[in-house]
Amino acid sequence: MANILVYALHYNGAINKNSLGAVSEGAKLAAELGGEAHAILLGENVPQELAASLGNYGAKKVLVAEGPEGLAQPLVDAMAAAISGGGYKYALFGGGLLGFEIGAGLAARLGAGVAMEVTGVRAEGGELIAERPILGDSAISEIKYRSEVGIIIGRLNAFEINESGAGVAPVEQLSFELSPHAGQAKMLTRGEQRGADVDIEGASILIAGGRGLGKAEGFELCEQLAQAFGGNTAVAATRAVVDAGWYPYAAQIGQTGKTVAPKLYLAAGISGAIQHKVGMQSSENIVAINKDSNAPIFEFSDLGIVGDLNKILPKLTDAVKAKKAG
Amino acid sequence: MKICVLVKEVPDAAVEKRIDHSTGRMDRNGEKNLNPYDTHAIEAAMQIKEGGAVPVEEVIAVTMGPESAVRALHKAVSLGADRSVHLTDPAVAGSDVAATGYALAKTLERESPDLVLLGQQSDDGECYTIGAVVAEHLGMPSLTQVIKMDVADGALRCERQAEYGYDTVQIQLPAVISVGDAINEPRYPSLKAIMGAKKKPLDTVGVGDVGIDASKVGGEHSAAQWVAAKAPPAKAAGEIIEDEDTNETVEKIVAWLDERKLI
Ligand SMILES: Cc1cc2nc3c(=O)[nH]c(=O)nc-3n(C[C@H](O)[C@H](O)[C@H](O)COP(=O)(O)OP(=O)(O)OC[C@H]3O[C@@H](n4cnc5c(N)ncnc54)[C@H](O)[C@@H]3O)c2cc1C
Ligand SMILES: Nc1ncnc2c1ncn2[C@@H]1O[C@H](COP(=O)(O)O)[C@@H](O)[C@H]1O
Repeated sequence: MANILVYALHYNGAINKNSLGAVSEGAKLAAELGGEAHAILLGENVPQELAASLGNYGAKKVLVAEGPEGLAQPLVDAMAAAISGGGYKYALFGGGLLGFEIGAGLAARLGAGVAMEVTGVRAEGGELIAERPILGDSAISEIKYRSEVGIIIGRLNAFEINESGAGVAPVEQLSFELSPHAGQAKMLTRGEQRGADVDIEGASILIAGGRGLGKAEGFELCEQLAQAFGGNTAVAATRAVVDAGWYPYAAQIGQTGKTVAPKLYLAAGISGAIQHKVGMQSSENIVAINKDSNAPIFEFSDLGIVGDLNKILPKLTDAVKAKKAG
Repeated sequence: MKICVLVKEVPDAAVEKRIDHSTGRMDRNGEKNLNPYDTHAIEAAMQIKEGGAVPVEEVIAVTMGPESAVRALHKAVSLGADRSVHLTDPAVAGSDVAATGYALAKTLERESPDLVLLGQQSDDGECYTIGAVVAEHLGMPSLTQVIKMDVADGALRCERQAEYGYDTVQIQLPAVISVGDAINEPRYPSLKAIMGAKKKPLDTVGVGDVGIDASKVGGEHSAAQWVAAKAPPAKAAGEIIEDEDTNETVEKIVAWLDERKLI
C-alpha cells in the first residue's frame, strides 16, 4: 500500500504549523496514490487529544511514540520502526530544522532517497515527484525515488494547512527501541528565548536589520526609522544578528524564527538567504537596502536600493518624519 | 582526541552557478574555493586543539570530490589541519546526499575520529544534512547548526537555535557536529602556512581503499534521482535605485512608498 508517514513536531501542547501543513499535504497526496496519510508524534506523555486532533488535517491514524523530545535521532528510530511494519512508501516532513535532521538520518538508516527544501510535490503514475529549488532558487530540480521509501522534506511554509474537519483520528501507541547513539544526546534546556519578548507578527510595517548594520548599536538606525513610521511598526532581524546577540530572538524572521507578511518589509544590510526569505516572502511590499548589487535579496524585492545603509537610513528617517509632518 | 573536519570544494561566490542541461547536473566549471562555511568547522577544531581543555593529537581534513578538490584540502591545511584525506573515484561522481554521506562515513571510519565537524551548509549543495547522514552510518550522536560548543569529560555541551528558541544539548563523544557560522570568526592563513600546505601528508583514496560498496554510490545508484530541471516561475523584476546622491535617493524612496500609501 502507498501510505505516507508524516512527522508532526509539537511543543508546549501545540502542533507546529509546518507539521499541520505537512499532514494536510500528505493526506492530499496519499488520496491521489490510493493510500492513507498517518502522522507520528514523539514525546514524553504526548496528550491523546493533541495526537487525535491531526485527524482534522487528514491523518487517518496517528502513531505516538514515547521518547525524549526535541532531538532527531530518537525519531529516526521510531519512524524506522513504524516503516518496518510495512505499507509506507513515503515519509514527509514540513519545513523546520528537526525535520531536516530526522529525514536525513532516516534516509541513511533505510538506504532511502531524500530531497530537502521541497516546494511542491505531485503524484504521477503512482509515484511522487518532488520539486526542489536549487542554486539560490535560480532553477528547480525534479526528483524521483528509486528506493522502496522516498523521503520528502518540505521548505518552510511550502505546504498549505487544510483543515478538512474529518474529526479526530484513532491513536496508536508505537513501541520502538532507542538505538545506542540516540541515547547519547540529552536535552539540557529547550526553547530558551534570548532577549526581549517583542512582537513582529502583528506589525504592519517591519524594518528588518542584518549583519550589514555592523554592530549591535547599528540597530538604532532601524529603530529610529521605525519610530518615524510610527503606528504599528516594529523592528525585525536575521539569524546572523540574533546569534551574535545584537537583537532578540523573538524578532527573528525565517526558518527557525517567525513567518511574517506585513504591508511593508524594509531590509537594511540583509543578504536575502533562503532561510530568511522563506519567512517574509509573502510581504506585500519588499524594499531592500544593500551595498552589494549582487545580493540575493534584490531578486525578490519590489524596490532595491544599492548603497550604504549608514548614509541612507538617517536621511530616510528624516524624510519620512518630514512627510508625516507635512 | 582525534578530530576530522569535512570540507568541500565549491564554486567561488563570484561565479554564477548554473545547470548543465545536457546532464541535468550542476555545471562545476569555473573558479573554485573551499566552502566558506567549512572554515568555521576548521576554526572550531583549532580552538579545541589550542584551548587545552582536552589534548588533541590530530586535526584531519577530509573531502570527497574530483582531483581539483585537493585545493580545498590545501586551504584546510593552511588553516591548521595536520593532514588530509581525499576520497576521489569516478564511482562516487554524481552521488546524492545519502550516497555522499555514506561514502564520507566509510572514509571517516578508517580514521576512528572522536569528533567529526562539518560546516552548516555547502554553498552549492545547500542540503544542511550531510552531518545527519554521516552520523547515522557511524552510529554516533549528532547535532547540526551548533553555535557554541564546550568539551569536558568526554562530552560536548552544545548550543543551537532550533524552531522554538535556543537549545542546550549534552552529547557524548564520539559525535558528529555541524557548526553554524556564528560559532567563531575564522582566522586567515599565514603566508608561511599557505606555502607549507602542500608538504603536509595527503592520503588519496578510492572506493576500494575504504570499503565503500560501489553499488551504493554514484549518480546511477543514488536513490534520489534527478529527473529534470526547470526555470522557476517568472517574477516581475523590482525597481533598482543606485545610490549616488543620497538626498535624491531618499526622495525617490519616499515617493515610491507614498504612491503605495505606506507612509
Ligand atoms: C538550518 C538553517 C536555519 C536558518 N534559519 C534562519 C532564520 O530563521 N532566519 C534568518 O534570517 N537566517 C536563518 N539562517 C541563516 C541564513 O542562511 C543566513 O546566514 C542569514 O540570514 C544571513 O543574515 P544577514 O543577511 O544578516 O547576514 P549576511 O548574509 O552576512 O548579509 C549581510 C548583508 O549586508 C550587506 N551590507 C554590509 N554592509 C552594508 C552597508 N554598510 N550598507 C548596506 N548593506 C551592507 C552585505 O552586502 C550583505 O549582503 C538559517 C540557516 C540555516 C542553515
Ligand atoms: N563532498 C563533500 N566532501 C566533504 N564534506 C562535504 C561534502 N559535501 C558536504 N560536505 C560537508 O557537509 C557540510 C554540509 O553540506 P550540505 O549538506 O551539502 O549543505 C559542508 O559544510 C561540509 O562540511
